[in-house]
Amino acid sequence: MAVNYIPRRFNIVRDKERCIECGCCVRQCSNECHYFEAGGTTVLADSTNCVACHRCVDLCPTSALRIEKHVCDYRENANWTPQYQQEICRQAASGGTLLSGMGNPKPYPIYWDKILLNASQVTNPSIDPLREPMEIRTILGRKPEKLTVERKGKAITKMPPQVVVETPILFSAMSFGSISLNAQKSLAMAAQNLGTLFNTGEGGLHPDLEPYTDRAIVQVASGRFGVHKDYLNSARIVEIKIGQGAKPGIGGHLPGEKVNVEVSNARMIPEGSDAISPAPHHDIYSIEDLRQLIWSIKQATGNQKPVSVKIAAVHNVAAIVSGCARAGADIIAIDGFRGGTGAAPTRIRDNVGIPIELALAAADSRLREEGIRSQISLIAAGSFRCSADIVKAIALGADACYCASAPLIAMGCHMCQTCNTGKCNWGIATQRPELTKRLNPDIMHERVENLITAWNHEIKEIMGGMGINSVDSLRGNRLMLRGIGLSDRELAILGIKHAGE
Amino acid sequence: MSITAALRRYEEVNDEIQQVLLTKQKAVVHEVNGQRYLGCALDAGKTLEIHGTAGNDLACYLNGGKIILYGNGQDALGNTMGGGEIIVHGHTGDALGYGMRDGQIYIRDNVCCRGGIHMKEFRAMKPVLVIGENAGSFLGEYMSGGTIVLLGLHLKRGQKLFGSHCASGMHGGKIFVRGTFPKEHLSPNIKVVSLSAEDQKELEKYVKNYCRYFHEDYESIMKKTFKKLIPATARPYANMYISN
Ligand code: SF4
Ligand code: SF4
Repeated sequence: MAVNYIPRRFNIVRDKERCIECGCCVRQCSNECHYFEAGGTTVLADSTNCVACHRCVDLCPTSALRIEKHVCDYRENANWTPQYQQEICRQAASGGTLLSGMGNPKPYPIYWDKILLNASQVTNPSIDPLREPMEIRTILGRKPEKLTVERKGKAITKMPPQVVVETPILFSAMSFGSISLNAQKSLAMAAQNLGTLFNTGEGGLHPDLEPYTDRAIVQVASGRFGVHKDYLNSARIVEIKIGQGAKPGIGGHLPGEKVNVEVSNARMIPEGSDAISPAPHHDIYSIEDLRQLIWSIKQATGNQKPVSVKIAAVHNVAAIVSGCARAGADIIAIDGFRGGTGAAPTRIRDNVGIPIELALAAADSRLREEGIRSQISLIAAGSFRCSADIVKAIALGADACYCASAPLIAMGCHMCQTCNTGKCNWGIATQRPELTKRLNPDIMHERVENLITAWNHEIKEIMGGMGINSVDSLRGNRLMLRGIGLSDRELAILGIKHAGE
Repeated sequence: MSITAALRRYEEVNDEIQQVLLTKQKAVVHEVNGQRYLGCALDAGKTLEIHGTAGNDLACYLNGGKIILYGNGQDALGNTMGGGEIIVHGHTGDALGYGMRDGQIYIRDNVCCRGGIHMKEFRAMKPVLVIGENAGSFLGEYMSGGTIVLLGLHLKRGQKLFGSHCASGMHGGKIFVRGTFPKEHLSPNIKVVSLSAEDQKELEKYVKNYCRYFHEDYESIMKKTFKKLIPATARPYANMYISN
């Protein structure tokens, strides 16, 4: 056996007193870590390929399993950490570009954790959401610069298309291919029942999702997979994907192994062929060109669909957002660098882009300075872990938030970050039928709905505490925010005061 | 029914075209001066005849309809086209037939950069792009299906059949080229092979159409040999990554 220079990451610990040798773990682990002793009935484990997805742990009927970190010390070195050494060994053995799943895991500052929320005391009474009406309904789409009203009070300004969602939480783009159809279906069903939207990503629309197209955002990305007239017209919103927070500036690549019959049908490419989305749209080299694509979509849809432009949060995000707004985007989605992905080169994921908190604040400020903020809707994306993160994002200027990782966790994802391998034991980031059938949309949509319903209530509770009864009054209300332990520069960019001020 | 575009905005012109096509099978537009999105998502059974210079995104998302352009086209002609036919009596700009999935485009003269990029095929859908003269750089970039035919007619001394980086990242489909071509402009993953009998039959069909549309002499075009450019591997990036 070739020496691979890299110690394993985890140890599978089996409590022999609890284990009844039922073999459940053997069947559950797609990484083939568990096995029966040759010719015998004793269950054994080889921890080498364990990714700590907890599938075996959670399904073991006697709770006999536990995963622990495999500790194998190197000589202390703050510079040459085990991670860098191991990555070098991986590349030395293969010559490959490092590929990872899920969002940036590095310990960069998480500004949500350095922002505190306000509540009313004495002067402005708080509101009890259990007994008083509380509005979190959100309306997305371009708003006219001014409203002309007839003498009888009827507006005569022609309104551009608007989309009403019952919560400011939308599901972000995850294509069929990167996730399973069952995972997409669960989100689509949840979106329908919650009155919000799901996003098909750039992988086309599978026929099974047709009943839910009224709740769908469909994407037009550089690969133009599955994009045609009916696709554009079936959706509620059409989104041009320029970039993604997990991998700004680079395209997508769905390897042929994942393009099975069903994926091929949705993407409209032959089975087994690589689905490559080039880094740029080759018809977009400028804001003027973006304008051209936006208006081509509006022409193809008879001006009936709001057009969203999704960009990754990068250094000049504020100027880019302003350009997108002027190019005719009705909605602009900014995806921060902690946003998840089915696969991204590790170096890009971990080093490119900026946090959504700063990007959102900068973009919102810029649009306000230019007097065009009210014309477009801003959607923030790139890792919202709880309802408080969402409240903070709205107060920083977001109209709505795109969530993906949280609903996936609701469906079983354990952040093992190996989505790219296509072996997701939870049936989410995989196309293998024996794995995808583990995810039952009829059950999972309820778990997702439960999560968002809980978050909705928490949002109302937090708003009520602030004495705010409508999400519209929270939007861009940065007075409700205070920084903790932030520098003057950070506070200035976030446009908030320090706690105690 | 004839429509005059002149200096009017594209929205107006397109609206008028749509009005006409509600009841008629064919609309004719005169004096086109770069108006965009003409024939956008035109459905099967409808024909749009255009006189003048059509603007960017002519026939984008074409949905089975037919477009005849007497004049030159600009950028992104046939963008993300899903089916139908486009006949251009002139030349066109960049990113012609970008992401085209089905249907046929015939260009009498030449095309600029990135013609036929990301053309793809799916089951019975097989896009075809026929170019009479020559093409700029990045022809057929990222192509994953369909057929491009490059005839190289009327080339002057020093003019090359295609520009640099031809077919870079190509991983499916084929490009038929006629006569001599600049081998040094081919991307490293491209193989040059002779046409099979089946290829020949397919090619003849397209060349016949071209000759019929633009009154060229079929026999003399076919006298020169054609070669076929195909990707050396269908998975040029298969071993690029290592799971981390
Ligand atoms: S990879 Fe997952 S299922 Fe397999 S042993 Fe590890 S935790 Fe258990
Ligand atoms: S989606 Fe699956 S593979 Fe990806 S991190 Fe979650 S559990 Fe792991």
